[in-house]
Amino acid sequence: MNVTINGAAHELPPGATVAQAVRRLTEVRSGVAVAVNDEVVSRGAWDSTALAEADRVEVLTAVQGG
Amino acid sequence: MTNPVDDLIIGGEKFSSRLIMGTGGAPSLEILDAALAASGTELTTVAMRRLDPAARGSVLDVLRRRGIKVLPNTAGCFTAGEAVLTARLAREALETDWVKLEVIADERTLLPDPIETFDAAERLVADGFTVLPYIGDDPVLARRLEQAGCAAVMPLGAPIGSGLGIRNPHNIELIVEFANVPVILDAGIGTASDAALAMELGCDAVLLATAVTRAQRPDLMAQAMRSAVLAGRAARMAGRIPRRRYAEASSPSIDRPPAVHR
Repeated sequence: MNVTINGAAHELPPGATVAQAVRRLTEVRSGVAVAVNDEVVSRGAWDSTALAEADRVEVLTAVQGG
Repeated sequence: MTNPVDDLIIGGEKFSSRLIMGTGGAPSLEILDAALAASGTELTTVAMRRLDPAARGSVLDVLRRRGIKVLPNTAGCFTAGEAVLTARLAREALETDWVKLEVIADERTLLPDPIETFDAAERLVADGFTVLPYIGDDPVLARRLEQAGCAAVMPLGAPIGSGLGIRNPHNIELIVEFANVPVILDAGIGTASDAALAMELGCDAVLLATAVTRAQRPDLMAQAMRSAVLAGRAARMAGRIPRRRYAEASSPSIDRPPAVHR
């Protein structure tokens, strides 16, 4: 299954969850937020939310700014 | 000497410092940390960006160590939809429903788009956010955003990072005069006198970043800004004298010895 994570192409096993996608980038869960196809997926739902082919996953955190 | 209880209250939360800091532009987290400490700030902005697995250290750790409340912004958003999504991601990541709403119109001026900002503000207020919108120095828009339920309004002094100071002090005074929520002068501050002027005009707080983070000595400039905000606030509370066209002697005019004519 092909998805994009933060703009880069990734191949994940069929039925992979949001949590698996996040782990491609980091093991840290705090201070991180995820949107799939422009909808926020709350941290509590990462393990139970399955991704689909061509999903766009954005994994964000706070950086210096403003 | 100064008013002992002069807390800034935003959305029901109390702050004893009226200097809100941004974190952008600092050359390192160590330099940022020293500047934040010198500023005495209790509320500081961060931006939301894609997680970089190679990044070392986090601005969040710096803020947490200093006990500074984090204020996520929506910098880089051009539409209300982008700003609402960014605010929701920030709420999820940082466990705060506070947001500095920033919807810019173009990359060249970074001026805030009033239409998109108002649209986003209404949606975020309805979603339970404590919304602090960054706006132009427009008294009417400030009033409309307050009526829409924003917790504060943040008019600019001049474009972001320009250091041009407060270009329209009259409009800032009008915003202050009509506002029933805190007015936070945001953007354009170049040096300490600009921050003092904002407070003298009646602003409740000042938000600045570049003036400190890109100064040659950020920690020293942070200290200067802290003093300037305190001085400007005290001057506002004290009540300045009216401006006069001609002099008014400060020494007595009676009991002078006779005039000497040679």
